[in-house]
Amino acid sequence: MNTKLELLREQVLRAEAESKVMVIKGSGTKSFYGNHVALDEDVAVAIDATTLSGVVNYEPTELVITAWAGTPLQEIKDKLDAAGQMLAFDPPSFGSSATFGGCVAAGLSGPLRQGAGPLRDFVLGANLLDSRGQVLRFGGEVMKNVAGYDVSRLLAGSMGMFGLITQVSMKVAPKPLETVTLRFELDEQAALQMCHSLRAQALPVSATAFDQALFIRLAGAPSAVRSAFGKLGGERIDANEANLFWQLLREQESAFFKGGEPLWRIAVGPNTPPLNIGPTVFEWGGGQRWVKADLDAATIRPLAAHADGHATLFHPKAGRLPADGVFQPLSPGVATIVRRLKQEFDPKGLFNPGRLVFGV
Amino acid sequence: MNTIVGTGVKSVSDYTASDVVKALLQVLPEHCVLSRLEDTRPYECDGLSLYRSLPMAVVLPETEKQVQDVLIACRRLGVPVVARGAGTGLSGGAMPHAQGVLLGLAKFNKIKHIDRDAAIAIVEPGVRNLAVSEAAAPFGLYYAPDPSSQIACTIGGNVAENSGGVHCLKYGLTVHNVLKVRMITIDGEIVELGSMAPDSPGPDLLSVFIGSEGMLGVVTEVTLKLTPKPALARVIMASFDDVEKASSAVAEIIAAGIIPAGLEMMDQQATQMVEPFVKAGYDTSAAAILLCESDGTVEEVADEIARMEEVFQRVGATRLQVSESETQRLLFWAGRKNAFPAAGRVSPDYYCMDGTIPRRNLGRVLNAIAEMEKRFNLRCANVFHAGDGNLHPLILFDSNSADEVQRAEDFGAAILELCVEVGGTITGEHGVGMEKINQMCVQFSRDELDSFLRVKRAFDPATLLNPEKVVPTLARCAEYGKMHVHGGALPFADLPRF
Repeated sequence: MNTKLELLREQVLRAEAESKVMVIKGSGTKSFYGNHVALDEDVAVAIDATTLSGVVNYEPTELVITAWAGTPLQEIKDKLDAAGQMLAFDPPSFGSSATFGGCVAAGLSGPLRQGAGPLRDFVLGANLLDSRGQVLRFGGEVMKNVAGYDVSRLLAGSMGMFGLITQVSMKVAPKPLETVTLRFELDEQAALQMCHSLRAQALPVSATAFDQALFIRLAGAPSAVRSAFGKLGGERIDANEANLFWQLLREQESAFFKGGEPLWRIAVGPNTPPLNIGPTVFEWGGGQRWVKADLDAATIRPLAAHADGHATLFHPKAGRLPADGVFQPLSPGVATIVRRLKQEFDPKGLFNPGRLVFGV
Repeated sequence: MNTIVGTGVKSVSDYTASDVVKALLQVLPEHCVLSRLEDTRPYECDGLSLYRSLPMAVVLPETEKQVQDVLIACRRLGVPVVARGAGTGLSGGAMPHAQGVLLGLAKFNKIKHIDRDAAIAIVEPGVRNLAVSEAAAPFGLYYAPDPSSQIACTIGGNVAENSGGVHCLKYGLTVHNVLKVRMITIDGEIVELGSMAPDSPGPDLLSVFIGSEGMLGVVTEVTLKLTPKPALARVIMASFDDVEKASSAVAEIIAAGIIPAGLEMMDQQATQMVEPFVKAGYDTSAAAILLCESDGTVEEVADEIARMEEVFQRVGATRLQVSESETQRLLFWAGRKNAFPAAGRVSPDYYCMDGTIPRRNLGRVLNAIAEMEKRFNLRCANVFHAGDGNLHPLILFDSNSADEVQRAEDFGAAILELCVEVGGTITGEHGVGMEKINQMCVQFSRDELDSFLRVKRAFDPATLLNPEKVVPTLARCAEYGKMHVHGGALPFADLPRF
């Protein structure tokens, strides 16, 4: 076995034997995200997930990349870029040192998720170092695989609650031949209406965002992009400016995200009108709303639930933390299953307590 | 076909069939409970008729409350429950449990709601796959996953199996096209997984539920993502004089940055089997043909078809034909989708395999299958979802010969183990069910199999939902390992195995 993996295994077994709690550390670019339970120093042990690094397998014609969890996300993006491919779900890095494993554990997708689908749709396989010190392999490198339950997709976005993700196989996509970004001078309500009207049309829309104006990114075959551009109208933005716009949005570095106010992420169902609860940027046709305001969880959560969604205090900054955590509490039926899953995979509660699900 | 009797672990049950029927009649009207042999017989198997077993009773509830009550009653008595959609599954996943209840969801056949602007459909689990696309058509939308059985198979069954189809390379599997599932646990609790919003809080239970083969909960409602119908779709039929060339054409298409709407391969055995049956116009003189589809706007399709043709010519296609009309396009696909029935016409029986491999190994695996035809002295026609690397070798045999049945099963097992050996999986879309439970011992370690059992217990602590399928016991794997030592010549082949 890989000696670095063996060292991690030993750490896990020692922590398990000593009834410690393990806090999984990547490069820390997303340390603001999720719940942080206060732990006594003599109980908490950090485990460094960046020691396992490097691309294990990448053959462009297979449309799959397999890499160790500690591989810098940038290294993966560069490698794919050189072969004319990309991570279609467009993950945010929130810092140059972000790792592949952190990306999968956080499960976050960027603006291009609208056309491509979420991160978990691209996970084909994952290896997990569990609380018993076993390395378990789920899924694989093939596109279609229904042997056993799809645990690798369950690990995507699990924030380490089931153990340490050591390796991931991810489906990749060819880069589009052409992209065009259009700008429309619309207010939030009119922008939402336009997005809603696009959904049932066969147009190559890869991303939409509202930040003072509506931005629509078209991507695909040049002829399809051209004909959609002709149909939609709007002001065509210079390509460099457009790339910068989507990048700043994805990395939350545009002007809207600056400042000390807490940042809420509100995921809502289709056709939800403006929430009118504070300054708003939206993505994904209105499905993901960013609201910059010091909101009360008790007010915002019912509002999100009413819109078939949920609210997350994404970046608390200096704001108040809800007493029951930054995520919307789970429905009772789901909570029962999640608690039992945690109990089955990590009976002693070794990994990342409460980070994703408060109290679990 | 031979009959493999379902053998429950509970060989001594503390209830009888009449206890079970009595309990069911307390929660269901009489016409929803079938227990006479002539009524339960039609449910003894699914699409894989090699595996049969009669349940103690079949129930066909009509309301969600009735499903809930059935589950609660079964939980109280400790009776296994096997859910069933249309019974088109190909791995014995819906084979009844001999000491259990078969829960048929056929009466849940309503499309509740289609929202054009949201591009979603809310349907009951017994709705047929194709019926969703038919109902969505007036809105310019359709449901993308299209398993070959789509005229009959149900959405509930698609969720259980994570069904694919010929268009999933571009449009994804069931897991990519389901937003939300409403299901009932064995404890009778109604739970909604997923969301109309882009995601839900907590770990993603929906993705582990989809493809769980009816072992985690019983679905009562599904919210599906609908896709705008492209303005145009055209398919190229490309002929190759060599299977390896056809395989490399698949890799070259992907290397050119093209994701076709569908990319299928059929070898000569398959085209010669299908052509007299469907008259699709296939080139039966070719060693293999590829069907490669482009969809989108009129201009986009013209561009992409030209790029695809260029690749095929470069790789050495001997003939290229592009569909000239929607009728012709559908005819090209009809041949592919009718490969299984066509096999039924030329052979008394056929056994369909479902391994997936990394595409680069297509040629190697095809050659190995050709060798196996000689070794097992059986014919095998090959149809593939080539773009996904998902193979469907159809082993032709005659079930009246016990020897041929045994050779067909051994041939199938050998193919699946080869798939694992080259870095693939034993099932791409048909599920493990009863059929491939032994090969699970080959693909996964004991620790991995145990973690599947952990997932199972988290949803179904009493392990009553579709028990003894998918995840083999330690004893079964030990037994299978031993069988291997004897080189496939099973001692006591007629003994029930657990």
